[in-house]
Amino acid sequence: MDKNKQIILALVSVLVLYAVLEALMMIGILGPYWQEIMRYAMVVAIGALGLSIIYGFTGQFSLGHAAFVGIGAYAAGLFNLTFRHYGIPAFLGSLVVGAVVAGLVGYLIGVPILRLKSDYLGIATLGFGFIVTNGLQNADKLIPALGGARGMTGIPQVQSFGWYYALVLIVVILVRNFVFSTHGRACTAIRENETAANVVGVSPARTKIMAFTMGCALAGLGGALYAHNIPFLHPDSFNFLESINYLIVVVLGGLGSLTGTVITAVGWAFIMEVLRMVLGPLYDFRGVIYAIILVVVIIVRPQGVFGGIEASFLVPQIKRRKAHAAAGD
Amino acid sequence: MVSFIQQIVNGLQLGLVYAVIALGYTMVYGIIQLINFAHGDVFMVGAFMGYYGYTFLKLPWPVALVMAMVVCAVVGVLNERIAYRPLRYAAKIAALISAIGASFFLEYFCSLNFVFGPDYTVIHPPIPNITWIIGGVRITNVQVIILVTVVVFLALLQLLIFKTKMGSAMRTVSFNHDAARLMGVDVDQTISFTFAIGSALAGIGGVLFGFAYPELWTFLGVMTGLKAFIAAVLGGIGIIPGAVLGALIMGQVEIMTAAYISSQARDAVAFAILIIVLLIRPSGLLGRNELEKI
Amino acid sequence: MPLLEIKSLGINFGGLRAVNKFDLEIETGEIVGVIGPNGAGKTTIFNMLSGYYAPTDGTITFKGKLMNGLKPFQVAQQGIARTFQNIRLFPEISVLDNVRIGFHPRAGYNLVDSILHTPRFMAKEAELTDRALDILATLGLEDRADIKANGLPYGAQRRLEIARALALQPDLLLLDEPAAGMNPAEVGQMVDLVRFVKEKFDLTVLLIEHQMGLVMPICDRLVVVDFGEIIASGLPQEIRDNPKVLEAYLGRRAVA
Repeated sequence: MDKNKQIILALVSVLVLYAVLEALMMIGILGPYWQEIMRYAMVVAIGALGLSIIYGFTGQFSLGHAAFVGIGAYAAGLFNLTFRHYGIPAFLGSLVVGAVVAGLVGYLIGVPILRLKSDYLGIATLGFGFIVTNGLQNADKLIPALGGARGMTGIPQVQSFGWYYALVLIVVILVRNFVFSTHGRACTAIRENETAANVVGVSPARTKIMAFTMGCALAGLGGALYAHNIPFLHPDSFNFLESINYLIVVVLGGLGSLTGTVITAVGWAFIMEVLRMVLGPLYDFRGVIYAIILVVVIIVRPQGVFGGIEASFLVPQIKRRKAHAAAGD
Repeated sequence: MVSFIQQIVNGLQLGLVYAVIALGYTMVYGIIQLINFAHGDVFMVGAFMGYYGYTFLKLPWPVALVMAMVVCAVVGVLNERIAYRPLRYAAKIAALISAIGASFFLEYFCSLNFVFGPDYTVIHPPIPNITWIIGGVRITNVQVIILVTVVVFLALLQLLIFKTKMGSAMRTVSFNHDAARLMGVDVDQTISFTFAIGSALAGIGGVLFGFAYPELWTFLGVMTGLKAFIAAVLGGIGIIPGAVLGALIMGQVEIMTAAYISSQARDAVAFAILIIVLLIRPSGLLGRNELEKI
Repeated sequence: MPLLEIKSLGINFGGLRAVNKFDLEIETGEIVGVIGPNGAGKTTIFNMLSGYYAPTDGTITFKGKLMNGLKPFQVAQQGIARTFQNIRLFPEISVLDNVRIGFHPRAGYNLVDSILHTPRFMAKEAELTDRALDILATLGLEDRADIKANGLPYGAQRRLEIARALALQPDLLLLDEPAAGMNPAEVGQMVDLVRFVKEKFDLTVLLIEHQMGLVMPICDRLVVVDFGEIIASGLPQEIRDNPKVLEAYLGRRAVA
């Protein structure tokens, strides 16, 4: 199928899907319970795309991703709490604030930390995650509204699905643009062979920091959305287990595959709910299941379910503009 | 001044416990360049095993200690066989992800009610409390037991590594797997043995921990394990004396932080140390820098 | 002015003096070969030239600029490209993308352009894609542009690595054992390729090689290195009969 037709078909499908979902919600087939999960699925998708940039595309192993989601959530929450009388603009402003603050912290941490190699980077980001959770639990000593270990409440809630859906769409398009550009190629070059990338003119430090900052900013955006989907923010929602959640999505979904990441993120949000229903009071032990999934996937299919596979409408077509000059000219 | 020395004594107690755990991390890293994420959970298993041994099986505590060591060794070896061996020559990150999975599995599985249960368990060590006061400083018999036990096993470890055939095999495999194979060393067996020893030591740490801090929890291994790992990195990952040195330092720093700064800061300080070490001197205090061959 | 001037280059690794008092001047348009037994320090010299190791002493001057202390990506941006002894491609990405990465330093658009796919992005990306495809066509790889790099046969992978280096539009090309692992027929093809590429892309070439079948026909000059030092230099014919060179090689191996 012609590339333009592919893109149009994809866009139409996306809009149709949205219309169908909204209809189901209006009729009542998808009640408030499922609506919250759908919104949560969008949040996970955005955060996972962030980790996908960092790990899937650039190969930097971050075990502290949830910490940045948390930073975004709390920053956005505080912003909207303060300016809530402005309504929607405050909401949008808080999304920007969440992304920017998380991205900024990611940059500051990234500059020193990204010099470390893979397994050590993992441990360092893990450590940073603990420091952040620790900090959030004591944050009320500095800013009482942040709630500390008691949790943060009062953030205006945004429940209309359209915002979440639209944001995921926008993020997918922007990330896709990034991936299929020289900057995206620089990231994959670093992932594939940092030494060779270096000698081909790609600065490892600059590329890694760029990817990490962008990934953390997306995490912050996801967190900012999350803060408006849940009436009560708690530091425990952004702990190591959550970081592993995101890691599972990216690893399972497929390194370097946007399609895989989004599908797996949405699927994972629903699987989590299924787990909650199936496990009942044992839900707290879902760690055993995470563990088995992780170990099995990494041994049996380390490139993930969709590893190396991308929806064709996302991949740009390569066209030659001019005829090739014959050899020997 | 007296309370300062008291803190040093307390720090020494903690440091010694960290030391036996850190040894396991460093030995495994030395031989397969893997951060054994699940090691802290083996420590936790050891703590519970010791507790069950002297509480429910009414064993004398040295026997319970040995039982814990054996169980931990088995868990460690199984862990290596199932989660690590298939990925031994794959990407580092793959092995680390598998290690994380193994760690989660141990934690959550042990949290199930028919295993150790998810709650904090207060335990009663079978050692009558004897305290000596020397120059105003309190020293307990538990602290002496910890010191003696750790020193004895350190000495045994030294003997093992430098005076036995298996020890020499361990050192050879640490250097280069293929070269070791060509010299007739069974690499798989040597690695399993290393895990067994390291895990047994973690088991000792677990039992001793129970004596000193008698409250157990299935997620005990997370923080304690991470701090012991940081200790190994601080001293020089892969270097056995480094693990001990790093652990003693970490123990001191943690106790001093809790005493003179705040209790909440303990964990954050530990991670701050990790990040500083990794950035400034990643080979650790006793380590040497090695250039990558391009 | 010589394109590349290396004066008294030396490096210590701990207590080992791996390279010592290495001097070399290369004029634009030359093809110079560095030969010597294994472990003589040739790749170490390349690694210093490309910026991986910082020399302990001596200077490297390229186009009049001092290169000591520059990082590899900066060296690449100055106009020195290199290939590796044990091919270092980007295995999981396409042949075309492997080459397009070489255009990264001079892509002509910034991060915002990338994220928003601005008109400037579209124009510049099309331009660099065309040029990348041209390079691939020149090296006979255009028909395989979409497959993953690790799907190519060995000889094609070597050509791809050279294609990637050419994307940098270098003035100086460092080839590290380009004929490694090749049989005599393939070496002959490599000789033709190096000559062709040098002419078409107006390059100066410095290469390391063991295979005399490659070195003799194409090098204007040879430099022989042993134990990190130059033991002889001159025309290929002179070097071939130089007793010191023979000793360095034959003294360690059965036959050349």
